[in-house]
Amino acid sequence: MSTVTGVSAADQAPGPDGKQPLQGDRASTGRFGDRLFGGAATVSGVVVIALVSLIAVFLVVQAVPALMNNSESFFTSRVWAPGGEKPAFGILEFLWTTVTASTIAMLVAVPVGVAVALFITQYAPTWMRRPAAGLVDLLAAVPSIVYGLWGLIAFAPVFKPVQGWIESALGWFPLFAPTGISGGTIFFIGIVLAIMVLPIVTALSREVFDQTPIAHKEGALALGATQWEMIRTAVLPFGRPGVISASMLALGRALGETIAVTFLVSALSDGSPWTWSLFNGGETFASKIANNAAEFSNPGKTGAYIAAGLVLFVLTFVVNSIARVVIERRKAFTE
Amino acid sequence: MAKRIDVTDLNVYYGGFKAVEGVSMTVEPRSVTAFIGPSGCGKSTFLRTLNRMHEVIPGGRVEGKVMLDDQDLYASSMDPVTVRRTIGMVFQRPNPFPTMSIYDNVAAGLRLNGVKNKKTLDGIVETSLKGANLWNEVKDRLNKPGAGLSGGQQQRLCIARAIAVQPQVLLMDEPCSALDPISTLAIEDLINELKNEFTIVIVTHNMQQAARVSDRTAFFNLKATGEPGRLVEIGDTTRIFNNPTEQATEDYISGRFG
Repeated sequence: MSTVTGVSAADQAPGPDGKQPLQGDRASTGRFGDRLFGGAATVSGVVVIALVSLIAVFLVVQAVPALMNNSESFFTSRVWAPGGEKPAFGILEFLWTTVTASTIAMLVAVPVGVAVALFITQYAPTWMRRPAAGLVDLLAAVPSIVYGLWGLIAFAPVFKPVQGWIESALGWFPLFAPTGISGGTIFFIGIVLAIMVLPIVTALSREVFDQTPIAHKEGALALGATQWEMIRTAVLPFGRPGVISASMLALGRALGETIAVTFLVSALSDGSPWTWSLFNGGETFASKIANNAAEFSNPGKTGAYIAAGLVLFVLTFVVNSIARVVIERRKAFTE
Repeated sequence: MAKRIDVTDLNVYYGGFKAVEGVSMTVEPRSVTAFIGPSGCGKSTFLRTLNRMHEVIPGGRVEGKVMLDDQDLYASSMDPVTVRRTIGMVFQRPNPFPTMSIYDNVAAGLRLNGVKNKKTLDGIVETSLKGANLWNEVKDRLNKPGAGLSGGQQQRLCIARAIAVQPQVLLMDEPCSALDPISTLAIEDLINELKNEFTIVIVTHNMQQAARVSDRTAFFNLKATGEPGRLVEIGDTTRIFNNPTEQATEDYISGRFG
């Protein structure tokens, strides 16, 4: 439902010729330009859907034979020995590392990104807004290998004492238990991922906050709202779907981020004991696949990696669907 | 409940641009004062200075004095947020909060004031919606989005939202200009009832509307394009329409320009 006003029943009434006013498809005139554009748009839409479906089919077809031969439980095993006579592989470690590192990234990046976007759109002096926005957009364009390099050389030494402090203060809690690993821990990778996706969250949130209709902001201010109350009543609710979309895009990047993670990650040796600690090492789906690309020597082995890739694919798909549902559920309350 | 506004020699600026010059007037309590005048004459700008909403636009500032009974609205100790809680505003286009239900829209101002008690809220929401002549139309769908109402209903919802916080004064900036005649009539009836409780100032482009709803009318004009707007004259609506002192008023009212 639109809040556009000045709309009356007459807008929907039949015209003098008794026909309904042109809407949707009926607005198409069948002229060459219309047909050309309509056709092009349809083809693009179909191609995208076909591509996604074909990728899914490819992943499933390649993964299934390897999974059939798997002698371990795919979801609950930490063994990774896809080669040999009796292939055995499970994704538990990758799933845990990927999900926790991405969760940490989101827990850090979303609040900070939204805060930065609010600062740029609502609090910063006018002269500062455009340069600040440009800078954030620029950050979003930094290649991930650069983040990897920076994380390894500049950030890791700085983070080491922080990790030491957390371990000594909260080490009794399983998530923060010391493991002897420093550098490429899950926690560290989560923070680097947060910094990587922060510009995405910020740039997109800024875009939607900026579009909050002045009428809504003034409506709140005229009720005697302070600036923060105005943001809470007008800007945040208006920007909510945009922030969710931004977060999902960011989460998608965090889940699938390869090069920076591959660069930083501390791979665990075979048979190392399971811990819940975020200060443990461990490969993510993407880093595992990238690190072992040279191993794709036979279909069985390759299939194991593809199966892991399929899980990542489904994971991002599920995350996106949940976001859709969240946005959809409140749709009546947005414009 | 209703207070008098005294404006003395008010200039309004946007940055370096002087939008309104030298306005002095008194707005009587429990009455309707209408501002009329051609587009760009500064009547809306002036209206917005009465609750310091013009400050929302970067560079907006005033010189001069605005008194609400014995309070100086522009005293350095006066918080604009307090001013706006005392002097409510209804805008040209209905602007209910789109993410809120009808109930939450009306309760929004109260919640900003820290009212949390469900019973109190229920009571004030009902009184305000009744006060805005909207209760009977929405009482069965208070939890539906406010944006789903018709334009006229939305505007009455905004009026309910404004009166829910019990302001001293209600400012209306062309509240009917986006509405059809029937919705306009409903709002005008409502203004007639509201003036028993509130001081009302209404900006309108529609002279018939000014004549119908207001007790006093102020005519604004500008000497030439680019010049600041100014108050030409203010007086009882019947006098302004039948026997204006200034030639410019006469010309505008008789439709010779504007």
